[in-house]
Amino acid sequence: MTIDGSGKTGPRVGEIAMAPVRFAMGLVDAPLRKLQKVAGLGGMATFFLLPNMLIFGIFVLLPFFINFAYSMTGGSALFLSDRSFVGVDQYARLFDCSNYLDPNSCAEDTFWTAVGNTGWFVVLQVTLMIAFSLVTALILNRDLKARSFWRAMFFFPVLLSPVVVGLIWKWILQRQGLLNFGLYGFGFDPYAWLNDRTWSFAAAVAVSIWAHMGFYTLILLAGLQAIPKDLYEAAEMDGTRSMRVFMRITLPLLMPNLLVVIVLVLIRAVQIFDEVYVLTGGGPGTSTLFLTQYIYETGFATQLRNPGLAAAASILMGVVLVVLTLVQLGLGRSSDKNGGRK
Amino acid sequence: MSRVAAFVFRRKGGKGWHWTDIVTWVWLVGGLFIMFGPAVWLVGSSLKTPAALAEFPPTILPYVTQKVSVEGFDKPFDLYEVTLDDGSKATLAEVRRIGIVSQMVDPKAPGEIIKVNIAQRTPVREMSFATENYTEPFTHFDFFRYLWNSVFVTVVATLITLVVNSMAAFALSKYEFRGRTAAMLVILATLMVPLSVIMVPLYSIVSALGLFNSLWGVILPTVATPTGVFILRQYMLTIPDELVDAARMDKASEWQIYWRIILPLTAPALAVLAIFSVVWRWNDFLWPLIVLSRKELYTLQVGLSIYSGELNVQWHFILAMTVVTMIPVVLVFIFLQRFITTGIAGTGLK
Repeated sequence: MTIDGSGKTGPRVGEIAMAPVRFAMGLVDAPLRKLQKVAGLGGMATFFLLPNMLIFGIFVLLPFFINFAYSMTGGSALFLSDRSFVGVDQYARLFDCSNYLDPNSCAEDTFWTAVGNTGWFVVLQVTLMIAFSLVTALILNRDLKARSFWRAMFFFPVLLSPVVVGLIWKWILQRQGLLNFGLYGFGFDPYAWLNDRTWSFAAAVAVSIWAHMGFYTLILLAGLQAIPKDLYEAAEMDGTRSMRVFMRITLPLLMPNLLVVIVLVLIRAVQIFDEVYVLTGGGPGTSTLFLTQYIYETGFATQLRNPGLAAAASILMGVVLVVLTLVQLGLGRSSDKNGGRK
Repeated sequence: MSRVAAFVFRRKGGKGWHWTDIVTWVWLVGGLFIMFGPAVWLVGSSLKTPAALAEFPPTILPYVTQKVSVEGFDKPFDLYEVTLDDGSKATLAEVRRIGIVSQMVDPKAPGEIIKVNIAQRTPVREMSFATENYTEPFTHFDFFRYLWNSVFVTVVATLITLVVNSMAAFALSKYEFRGRTAAMLVILATLMVPLSVIMVPLYSIVSALGLFNSLWGVILPTVATPTGVFILRQYMLTIPDELVDAARMDKASEWQIYWRIILPLTAPALAVLAIFSVVWRWNDFLWPLIVLSRKELYTLQVGLSIYSGELNVQWHFILAMTVVTMIPVVLVFIFLQRFITTGIAGTGLK
């Protein structure tokens, strides 16, 4: 990784932040010397690795495996030991449908509504997100004045919390909001956008793009800046048309970054929850209910909570995510190879 | 005029305008409004009184109708600019309104009631910042509590993240031991297990450990981030092993090598991870929402979202609290943005 200019500021910031830590670490040195005498170098490696592995084991790996057991049990009890084994009943319930395209024909209709909504969301959001961040990256890659300002501008919403993002837009899209104010100038009547099924879905897509676009723009911009300038100079000398330059030079050389971005956007879009939950609460009705919210509500929020069903749904979502992540790792490796060959 | 236009639209090198220049210009100026506009609008709105917030069309700046107290009446009245029937203008206070007729008095001579058609009056407005939106939540709600909880979670989680992840990264970069590759793979594999997939069993584990309704239940599951181990390890690999060997010859303990040699040299990567960790933990929402069910434990994000659901009408407080929640992240943005953007461009992490 590269951290430009951090050689000057980094250690200073680090020193101040580390001062109390330094003191504590000096104190534990003596007992650890003794440990080293007993355990040897290999033992010390284990010692350094242990805290991390413990936390990973307890809070990531253990739940990951327990999840399968959970999805095979029924009832509303919290602890696995109190739950009754039901086999694949939870999965059977999720898949109990006479027509998969019509959620109303399913036993667990909200699940299929959530699946359908998430599917549409992924298709729309990923397409638009890639389009917007690619155009923005191409524009930022031009010979601009104050480029770092423009780049920071598009990045700004990325740092905002999902709750803040949701509330900002809820405020803008409400009846007395800024959007209606703008449209009022063109003679439109105020409209409660978030009470409309179609518009609230569109708002969910638009707001999530607004909030995360800057992040992907940065990755694409880094890819664009890595393309050797002499290729463009050669193309200019040959009088190649700009569209052709884009299709023949920019796009192929950007492809590794673009593929990684596509998969990253996909993975995040499948898990969409926070900002939409604050913005619309899944409504009106179930029009912006997505998979994570379904899992959350089935597992925790509703009166008749059913952790087993939520676990089964989360495993199905996990399968999709694992496939996408493996694709990403595969793409990452092949782009590494290309990088090595250059 | 055309000369001014020529000056404004002049381009470097005397080249003419290409359509891509126009697209660039529109995109950047449009972006300026779309990216910063909502946050600016939020800050502006947060300074308005509830009455001003309910107005449509809204005003850009926070205006309120001027009030005046009139002798012989208890409460102050709204002040209006009135065009009287004889065409003269007067500034009157509205006592009450019945249908389209407004009963008004002259604040200077409050004896006589003047009846005015409401079409003939316009309110007298003045700019006023409703700072009570910011001060009242501190007394009415447990806002300080939430702020403290958020700060505690963010600071403690970030410190633990830095220590635990740098120790693991040290082991994975400077020691040869059996199972090193396996450990690295396990850590990378956890990238595939996001919270939304494991939240049900994780909740039962956190409860079993007695961490439900505890800030530690929010902190601990988040501190061992695979991305953290990954960037620190990549950075430590660039530190020459000879430094470690030389320290060993000088009888330094392994622990001393870790915190006196490796950690200071890893400071830039630690700083990047610290910034990310602060932003992540400050913004965390779903997991605190699950683990914290007692009001006094809410973090800012949870408290804000719950209040925005409950007090649907009290937008003036919610907007002000949203601004306060936004402040630390805006500060990070202003002072450390360059650091973050180069960090992301280098590692592709978020």
